[in-house]
Amino acid sequence: MRLLIRNGRVVDPASGLDARRDVLVDGQVVAAIEPRIECPDATPLEAEGLVVAPGFIDIHVHLREPGIEHAETIESGTRAAAAGGFTAVCCMPNTIPVNDSAQVTGFIVERARQTAAVHVHPIGAISKGSKGERLADIGAMQTEGAVAISDDGIPVMNSGLMRRAMQYAASFGLPVIDHCEDLNLSAGGDIHEGLQSVRLGLGGIPGCSEDVMVARDIILAADTGAHIHIAHISTANSIAMVAHAKRLGLPVTAEVTPHHFALTDERIPGYDSNYKMKPPLRSQRDIDASIDGLADGTIDCIATDHAPHTGHMKMQEFERCPFGVTGLETALALALETLYHSRRIDLSDWVRLFTNGAADCLGLDRGKLRVGGPADITVFSTDREWTYDVNQTLSKSKNSPFGGATFRGGPTATIVSGRVVWTAEDGIITPA
Amino acid sequence: MLSKFGADIVACGPATAVSKRLPLLTPGVSLTHDIREAVRDADVIMMLRVQLERQNVEIFPKGEYFRYFGLRLAHMALAKPDAIVLHPGPINRGREISSEVADSQRSMILSQVNNGVAIRMAVLEWVCSAA
Repeated sequence: MRLLIRNGRVVDPASGLDARRDVLVDGQVVAAIEPRIECPDATPLEAEGLVVAPGFIDIHVHLREPGIEHAETIESGTRAAAAGGFTAVCCMPNTIPVNDSAQVTGFIVERARQTAAVHVHPIGAISKGSKGERLADIGAMQTEGAVAISDDGIPVMNSGLMRRAMQYAASFGLPVIDHCEDLNLSAGGDIHEGLQSVRLGLGGIPGCSEDVMVARDIILAADTGAHIHIAHISTANSIAMVAHAKRLGLPVTAEVTPHHFALTDERIPGYDSNYKMKPPLRSQRDIDASIDGLADGTIDCIATDHAPHTGHMKMQEFERCPFGVTGLETALALALETLYHSRRIDLSDWVRLFTNGAADCLGLDRGKLRVGGPADITVFSTDREWTYDVNQTLSKSKNSPFGGATFRGGPTATIVSGRVVWTAEDGIITPA
Repeated sequence: MLSKFGADIVACGPATAVSKRLPLLTPGVSLTHDIREAVRDADVIMMLRVQLERQNVEIFPKGEYFRYFGLRLAHMALAKPDAIVLHPGPINRGREISSEVADSQRSMILSQVNNGVAIRMAVLEWVCSAA
């Protein structure tokens, strides 16, 4: 089957292309990228006024399967990803059971093959059960398809174990992703430790709880030579340390989430648990550092940390409910608003943060639009006005702080391996 | 000591068990974490027992040690055709070495163990008589 994407502004940061082009897709590959392509038997997709980019990649999501399928499944989570303009996601291992073995990794790969709307790359655990005691079967998970290791959400406090994990992972060529949080420093905290936590009488999570672990991880990256990727970086100090590590030539990369650069702790409207996540929403100074870091290359990519929780879990007292917000469907719009419409980042660099910038963090062979390459393509508008109705979400969970928000720009079509899997008009398109 | 006789030595094991500074110890030593690289064109493959009893903490995921660092029959094709396999014993079958390799024609393990006893006896005799 052939598909002709016509008249779009094709932006491929890897090759530097930014021009009006037609893109012909034949089967699962890109067959041609030319100023004008005539192909009468191809299905047309009009992209006049739209941007045609390599498929967007979200390297940090929670798909909750196996074990927590009431909150999300590989099917529902990847449908939400498609609706958000993503063609590939990397899923964190904090499922039940934890993805700490070849068997669980293999299960996720197989379930994704059967049910997923977009490509799924599993991330394996660092330690067995993410208990921080014994190393997981890191090599065996890689052989089954794991692209990185992480104890996301249950960070490794034992620096000896972290060092061994980094030595071992490096010898397999696997990056290590860390959710940087010193659990002793963050204990009892619900939101950022600042004036807002005092006002609301909620426990504070100080910025230093992240900073000390980022420092530790950079030191261990220098010691072991392992590639450390800092997940959802959120403080100005941590960003400064990553910038320093990069100047030293250390193998350190970092991501930031849309909610962390779009909202400060001052925006938390009382005890709404859809504003509770880890790391917490930080201060204006931290947001400014995030945006500067995205603009100057200190921060390599944007990832959502899409963390679905059911209504009954989130509808508890603020202190009792779990941390985490959904994010797949609002990521592009938030990033356009904060980074592009504000004229802080030009369009090609903006696309890079979702494509080759993200792929390079985990060594994925994705995020480029080239003839002969896989036809994973994201089509988006920078201007389309739309309102996010969280009750229409394709995720099984609705814990987003952006329900009801009106945005300017967002995805319009998502193409995975040559097939249109989602459009703004028709929603999810299942194979005929 | 082998490097003094001109041998090229390739050390192989999990990164957490083999010091990255090993090659600095003496000339002729290199390091790999891929057993296929280690045995390629080798004349002699010297295995060592995994001594879990000496690990106060588990320094590598032991369940996958054989899969990535154990010597199997398929690896022997990468070595020289007349390559021999050594191991000081006792061996852990299916941990660092498969039974097929340990019991193969190219295994000199039992002979090494026999000779090891004779050499220890000789050393003890020499040390005691010199006193």
